[in-house]
Amino acid sequence: MTREMTGGMTGDTRADAYRPRRDRLWFTRSRGYTVFVLRELTSVFVAWSIVFLLMLVDAVLGGSLPEFAALAARPWMIALNVVALAATVFHAVTFLNLAPKATVVRLDGRRVPAWMIQGGNHTAWALVSLLIAYVVLRS
Amino acid sequence: MTDSAETPVIRMEVARYRPGEDAEPVFQAYDVPLMDDWAVLDGLTHIKDRLDGSLSFRWSCRMGVCGSCGMTVNGEARLTCGTFLTEYAPGPVRIEPLKGFPVIRDLVVDIDDFLAKLSSVRPWLVREGEEPPLTAEYAQTPEQLEAYKQYSMCINCLLCYSACPVYVLDPDFLGPAAIALAQRYNLDSRDMDDRFDVLNLEDAVWGCTFVGECTKVCPKHVDPAEAIQRYKVSAALRSVLPWSRR
Repeated sequence: MTREMTGGMTGDTRADAYRPRRDRLWFTRSRGYTVFVLRELTSVFVAWSIVFLLMLVDAVLGGSLPEFAALAARPWMIALNVVALAATVFHAVTFLNLAPKATVVRLDGRRVPAWMIQGGNHTAWALVSLLIAYVVLRS
Repeated sequence: MTDSAETPVIRMEVARYRPGEDAEPVFQAYDVPLMDDWAVLDGLTHIKDRLDGSLSFRWSCRMGVCGSCGMTVNGEARLTCGTFLTEYAPGPVRIEPLKGFPVIRDLVVDIDDFLAKLSSVRPWLVREGEEPPLTAEYAQTPEQLEAYKQYSMCINCLLCYSACPVYVLDPDFLGPAAIALAQRYNLDSRDMDDRFDVLNLEDAVWGCTFVGECTKVCPKHVDPAEAIQRYKVSAALRSVLPWSRR
């Protein structure tokens, strides 16, 4: 039984309750909120990376690879893609690290620790990246 | 309780809201003894007993079980019975009501919205098609208990709601504790429901953007964020595989 230590509740009704205004700067109120919003914003760069990849595929299929290479070599495009790479890596790492929250694996009645799921994800990611790098970079 | 001149003091800035008197909450400062073994709740009780009997706040067990004394302490959602004043020395320490809830008076918030949401997820064991005798038992193995035990530790303190920006911005969101408690029963081998109708909604699990603050502030390590993400996987699988109920 909860006790409400009140001082003269006479006349108090729920209609009198104070309802705070919506805080439009909520994401600045704690470090956790700010990091969350930054992580969400990296999605924009993930989307850009996909667009850039589709542009590459289109250039390869359409025979306009030299023009695409010239565009990709422009300083502002290189700067944009460096930022996009950093943001995408940050997004991927945090995404893989959160995977154990959604995936509860039990082996022999015991829950597989989060670090093992995270390690498995990162290992699989590294292996796939190495395979793609091998296919792309082999001469 | 000591009020001697040698006892150091800490200033507590307490949000006051008196309906009909205050248009919005205002802060009132009180100097209370800074004792090593005093929680924030002890400071509030000292104010109530010795300094200002008009201060209103909820409390009950004083040992982190009842979940009544959740408040915002220096901007963070905390159980005031488990948060010590020395953590904020030399002060001041600011005490406000839980964010995201209407304030009835001072530090007392209106939790009717949560209680309605909690009821909506059917937080009890649902059995179908049987009339068991009153003496019936449903034995469980330790593994079956372990599957849901973590979520059963929720004490409805509402710190997770207060820390959740989704709930604060959109009060229609079902919220962390209600979903975690729904999962507590979904994962119970004795339960025969999966609460798909109330959980697989835009304002339920799909409203969660996985900020993760609910898990950080939970004093009982329930991990509501995990409960929500797990149900997202369950709901997605059930949507794709209609025969997959859990």
